[in-house]
Amino acid sequence: MAAPYDKNDDSVVVIIGSGAGGGTLGSELAQKGIDTVVLEAGGRHEIPAFSNDEWGMFGQISWLDKRTTSGTWRVASDFSGLPAWIVKAVGGSTVHWAGASLRFQEHEFRVRSEYGNVPGASLLDWPLKLADLEPYYARAEDKMGVTRTNGIPGLPGNNNFKVLKAGADKLGYKNCHTGRMAINSEPRDGRAACQQIGFCFQGCKSGAKWSTLYVEIPKGEATGKLEVRPDSQVLSIEHDAKGRVSGVVYADKDGNQHRQAARAVCVAGNSIESPRLLLNSASSKFPDGLANSSGQVGKNYMRHMTGSVYAVFDKPVNMHRGTTMAGIITDESKNDPSRGFVGGYEMETLSLGLPFMAAFLNPGAWGREFASALDMYNHTAGMWLVGEDMPQESNAITLHPTEKDQYGLPVPNVHFDDHPNDVAMRNHAYRQGSALYEAVGASRTFPTPPYPSTHNLGTNRMSENARDGVVNKFGQTHDIANLFVSDGSQFTTGAAENPTLTIVALAIRQADYIADQMAKKAI
Amino acid sequence: MAITNEREKISRREMLKTSGAATFGAMLVVSGGIVACPRGAWAVQSKALAPESMATLIQMARDIYPHDRLSDQFYVQAVAAHDEKAAGDKDFKRMMEKGVAGLDVAAQGKGAARYVDLGWEADRVAILRNIESSPFFQTVRGGLVTGIYNNQAVWPLFGYEGESASKGGYLNRGFDDIDWV
Ligand SMILES: Cc1cc2nc3c(=O)[nH]c(=O)nc-3n(C[C@H](O)[C@H](O)[C@H](O)COP(=O)(O)OP(=O)(O)OC[C@H]3O[C@@H](n4cnc5c(N)ncnc54)[C@H](O)[C@@H]3O)c2cc1C
Ligand code: SF4
Repeated sequence: MAAPYDKNDDSVVVIIGSGAGGGTLGSELAQKGIDTVVLEAGGRHEIPAFSNDEWGMFGQISWLDKRTTSGTWRVASDFSGLPAWIVKAVGGSTVHWAGASLRFQEHEFRVRSEYGNVPGASLLDWPLKLADLEPYYARAEDKMGVTRTNGIPGLPGNNNFKVLKAGADKLGYKNCHTGRMAINSEPRDGRAACQQIGFCFQGCKSGAKWSTLYVEIPKGEATGKLEVRPDSQVLSIEHDAKGRVSGVVYADKDGNQHRQAARAVCVAGNSIESPRLLLNSASSKFPDGLANSSGQVGKNYMRHMTGSVYAVFDKPVNMHRGTTMAGIITDESKNDPSRGFVGGYEMETLSLGLPFMAAFLNPGAWGREFASALDMYNHTAGMWLVGEDMPQESNAITLHPTEKDQYGLPVPNVHFDDHPNDVAMRNHAYRQGSALYEAVGASRTFPTPPYPSTHNLGTNRMSENARDGVVNKFGQTHDIANLFVSDGSQFTTGAAENPTLTIVALAIRQADYIADQMAKKAI
Repeated sequence: MAITNEREKISRREMLKTSGAATFGAMLVVSGGIVACPRGAWAVQSKALAPESMATLIQMARDIYPHDRLSDQFYVQAVAAHDEKAAGDKDFKRMMEKGVAGLDVAAQGKGAARYVDLGWEADRVAILRNIESSPFFQTVRGGLVTGIYNNQAVWPLFGYEGESASKGGYLNRGFDDIDWV
């Protein structure tokens, strides 16, 4: 058969979501000759539809369906209806992402063993090792064109990087460079080199930055084996009498409902929607939701320890010029408990435009202290701090008892409390970030609180034992052989690194596994 | 709401001619729902809110996000949206008018007739601090975050250059031009 597929065709693999996980998996399966339908809730906005406009692009492609928040994290009070900044469009959050593409460190796959028992944390070792993933990391880096791999040169450093690098040198940090970025530093794979446009978070107008939207998905579609159906929001996953998934129900643009039959279903809606969908698919056979015999669906929500430091200088910086995140210091990413916490963090350049700076520098703040900081906008440098947070069972995506979405389904509530380890790490990172800028002469520094979560992880976690998690080391649910999870919700723990390279590596590996299982008629 | 910044349209002299013109803090309120800058640099005609309330909201906006390099014009534009909304939403209008009245009452406790008559920013800010968790304050402040900072006309005053793709990005336009580090 070839795309487009009939809704009654039960030989197709259905993937829910077209972002880093789903978009990659769909393309990989199609390139293996497997009939694949990707159902994507959002619309298809190609590069010409992108604009260098922070709020404009936010309004155009963010996931703005109703969500609620609870817990003591500051996002719940600053942005109570917006726990996460995620994209609802073909390409998912890889339209907005910055491109930082780092491998996990070896010990980060076995942190329960490495860190020991951390009170309050539900730490678990991954059921796979770095060595298992290395070949897939290599394939992902090649596919995504990650700089400083495969002989691809690093990006040139912009102004924001120059300040970071000068501070890193002053503080004695040894590992500072312009990052491993899935952004072309020279033309590659039919895409141009980075023009230093500076709106990486708004969608890359030059196509230099990797995104499933215009890199993976077209390659899959070219095989004739991939159909991406936009404006198709999956509402529930159905199963047969034997308890195997058999299809999904989705709503189109006009709210009309359709059923797509499936041989296997792969859930890749990002770590809030994926568990929500499994929970909303509860049936008499699976009253607690699909794949939830462990009770772990939605639990152990992680969002990375994050924060930012911005600093004002007497001289101009113009951080908005050029790549948003092409600059990194990795010295603090090691596990060194003598700092007062386990795990580590990365320091990465970050710039926001004036509209977003006003909203995120210190949400809710006002008055001359705040306004005078913005007055120095073009004299400001910035960095993002991103580190491993502790999984906690009580940090969870749950179905709201009363609030419903536009389809009448319970909305997700996102509950999060910082673990004391997260707080200690953030305070350390704030101190180091401020010290770095002060070493280059900053007149003021700002410890900026976390933004709505861009890294959402862990809510369908991978585990060796079925009782500890939702999926096995291939992302296959422990309970249902033809139901898979293919996004960041599989992560057993979060590591210090930005997650997308690992999501893509896992998707490539999962595609091999699904093809193998299909060939063996196991699914 | 009509905003004009053309001196010719409403000149200072013309406004003073109009009966009932009164100074209101640093602003003039004249009959016909007009709030104006005494220098005639701008004038605004309110739709739903009392012109005195508009004048207070404009001062309040500047006190919330005080940027001395921004002329009143930008604050006027930012609060204009509230007047617009008040025209179609009675409850909203009531919240705005009551909020402004509350500011004036608080100012009277500090010996001024109205909020806008308090000469020092610090005195006005102290009043705002007391009500900063109120829906009225949060509505005004929240509106300003985009009302001021997402107004492209203010960007050059902050050194933010906005859209760059059509100019070829910054590859040849200074992405790495600082030489002081
Ligand atoms: C501003 C920003 C910057 C970032 N920068 C980086 C970075 O530099 N490095 C990095 O590693 N990561 C970065 N990230 C994170 C990265 O984008 C995500 O980790 C990654 O895209 C997650 O992949 P995913 O497949 O889990 O989900 P997504 O990419 O979010 O894709 C999920 C897709 O599923 C769709 N969907 C959800 N529910 C349904 C449903 N019920 N039916 C149909 N479709 C559905 C959504 O619409 C969406 O398109 C950034 C994110 C943002 C927002
Ligand atoms: S800076 Fe480079 S990667 Fe970022 S949006 Fe511009 S061209 Fe794309």
